[in-house]
Amino acid sequence: MDLTVPAVSHLLQRATTLEHADPLVRDRILQKRRIALLFYESSTRTRTSFELACKALGADTTLVSSLSSSIEKGESLKDTGLTLRALGAEAIILRHNSSGAAWLLEESTRLPVINAGDGMHEHPTQALLDLRTILTHLRPGVTEVGPETLAGVTVTIVGDILHSRVARSNMLLLPRLGARVLLCGPKELLPEMAAKSSPGIEIERDFEAAIRQSQAIMMLRIQAERIANLQLDLEQYKAAYQLTGQRLATQAPNAIVMHPGPIIRGLEITAGVADGPQSTILEQVTNGVAIRMAVMERALTAAEGGRQ
Amino acid sequence: MTASMTTLAIRNGHLIDPAAGIDAPKDIFIQNGRVAEIAAPGKLKLANGAPVIDAKGLTIAPGLIDIHVHLREPGQGYKETIATGTAAAAAGGFTAVAAMPNTTPVNDSVEVTRWMQAPDRGAQVRVFPIAAATRGSKGEALTDYAALKSAGAVAVTDDGRPILKDGIMRESLAAAARVGLTVIQHAEDTRMTQGASMNLGPVSFKLGLRGMPTEAESAMVERDIRLVTELHDLHPHLHVAHTSTAAAIAAVRQARRNGLRVTCEVAPHHFLLTEEHVGLYNTHAKMNPPLRSAADRDAMIEALLDGVVDAIATDHAPHAMHEKEVEFELAPNGITGLETALGLTLRWLHKEWRMPLGRVLSLLSAQPAALLGLKGRGTLTAGSYGDVVIFDPKAEWTYRATESLSKAKNTPFDGWQMLGKVHYTIAEGRIAHAIANRQ
Repeated sequence: MDLTVPAVSHLLQRATTLEHADPLVRDRILQKRRIALLFYESSTRTRTSFELACKALGADTTLVSSLSSSIEKGESLKDTGLTLRALGAEAIILRHNSSGAAWLLEESTRLPVINAGDGMHEHPTQALLDLRTILTHLRPGVTEVGPETLAGVTVTIVGDILHSRVARSNMLLLPRLGARVLLCGPKELLPEMAAKSSPGIEIERDFEAAIRQSQAIMMLRIQAERIANLQLDLEQYKAAYQLTGQRLATQAPNAIVMHPGPIIRGLEITAGVADGPQSTILEQVTNGVAIRMAVMERALTAAEGGRQ
Repeated sequence: MTASMTTLAIRNGHLIDPAAGIDAPKDIFIQNGRVAEIAAPGKLKLANGAPVIDAKGLTIAPGLIDIHVHLREPGQGYKETIATGTAAAAAGGFTAVAAMPNTTPVNDSVEVTRWMQAPDRGAQVRVFPIAAATRGSKGEALTDYAALKSAGAVAVTDDGRPILKDGIMRESLAAAARVGLTVIQHAEDTRMTQGASMNLGPVSFKLGLRGMPTEAESAMVERDIRLVTELHDLHPHLHVAHTSTAAAIAAVRQARRNGLRVTCEVAPHHFLLTEEHVGLYNTHAKMNPPLRSAADRDAMIEALLDGVVDAIATDHAPHAMHEKEVEFELAPNGITGLETALGLTLRWLHKEWRMPLGRVLSLLSAQPAALLGLKGRGTLTAGSYGDVVIFDPKAEWTYRATESLSKAKNTPFDGWQMLGKVHYTIAEGRIAHAIANRQ
């Protein structure tokens, strides 16, 4: 993510403006512009919210997914991108299982490429919608953000940090606004080097100690097979890192509980917490549409397009 | 390539022949592909009309020798051919290259070894095949080392597919020692590098790429040295290819102190670049072993300067453009290197880090020749092969990948400043490359 703090601030403002705009006016912003959604991985939230965001601005969208296209026949990412461009696509929203794929596609097509998640690397619009969620709760009424906006706020990200693009994007974004980011998880899923990858990041392996200090707790999905491959005991993992109602009540009764989804109830989070009053999980999903409207507007109307 | 039956004189140049201890103005006379005479300036007696190269202002040195290249033939001619790869070698000042066996089929046979050396391949410089250490490089059954050596193989290796089983590696070292061949190991415990595409560290974490730990290299070097120790009565020669980690260098250093015959090479990219050069998924910075941390890079420089390193070798690994224009994790490993090795080494190792010119040239010719036992090469004493590089040591120039004579353009050094321009490369008495007349 190479957005400056003022650019982030502007995107957040536009998200709010567009969310409240008259649908008939909003509809003209990207009227009949052609946007391709190129998805190499399955997705519910991200794909649907990008699509709804594009359509809310009047754009025409088309979905190309790896399972029903020539990608199955071995067409390269470059050639797929050039094909979409030849079909008139003016921007491509890419979800891909390989880190760095968005860079490659942008270099190949010279089109604005919006990264909707690339491998273990980044998921920038997720971080932006997470930021919007955090601001709504912890900085209500703030309309402009700067490097100190989240000063004094601690956000803990818990779980499989190693494989998480959501974690990486949040680790880049939140410290730029002054937040302290704590990472929590076992060393197999959270290597020490994670703290060295960008400034403003600390590791706290004691889950309760971490959430005790936090105003926002971001739980990540845990894949049971990954735990098994790492020879970790699932029950021990849950005992150490599952966010339960009891833990939340005793350690962080006022923190918001976030999750990028999909959630695995009963694994990283209990159903009670996911559905409870501190949960912002569905609010995050809703924020996704507003953020993605702002991102698509920026990609297709800014003087210079570019990666988000 | 056929040895010239004609003569060639080189006059007015300054000869640096580290193996012969010469660093002085000398004239050279080559006849029938061999050095016939080294004379004081102006002392050669030449027949009228005999061909003469005027090397005024230029340095004359034994032709460079690269003991680690991939020429891709047989079977992968779309990446490179023996003809194009050796043309690039000649342009870079190399008069001999040792070609790795990871071709299609793998060079595990006398037939392929001979085929690679046949005149029909159109080689511009001498090609020494390195044969597979095991059949199909599968790490299971040894190839026939005696037969391969007779056919011209100068070493055995399963480069790129390191021999993991201790028993097979022990057998390989013992069998090679019996016939006087070197075992070259690409030191990587591939059980520790599954799915990894760059060095393991903060950069790989940030980029979301799986990383190769330095231990994958050093543990393999340590294992191999242990086997060499166990077999010391046979005096096996282990050569560690493209060393990239401080820990592996330390292991080699210790083995040498213990009197073992363990040698190593370092590639220019490992003493010049770090993992930071991967930048935003630049596939021209993807190779195996990967670019490492600054500390490891510095250890390579130190090891070159203090003499632990026996050779600079490029690991020239040409790939077609379309193969590198893909997702980083899917891109093949490797970069080209033959045309940039001398210019980079002079620019950095010599000019920046003050390695004397004679030592630089020794690492690029005399030492690699000695390492693989290439008789009559790496020096220009009378009777040696007429393998000569003539270059302007002061000339600065910019490398352009588009001008490469290799089929491939996959280099991270496009646009880099080079020091030292090759004017002539003479391979066994024949002009294989000339600056004014690019072939």
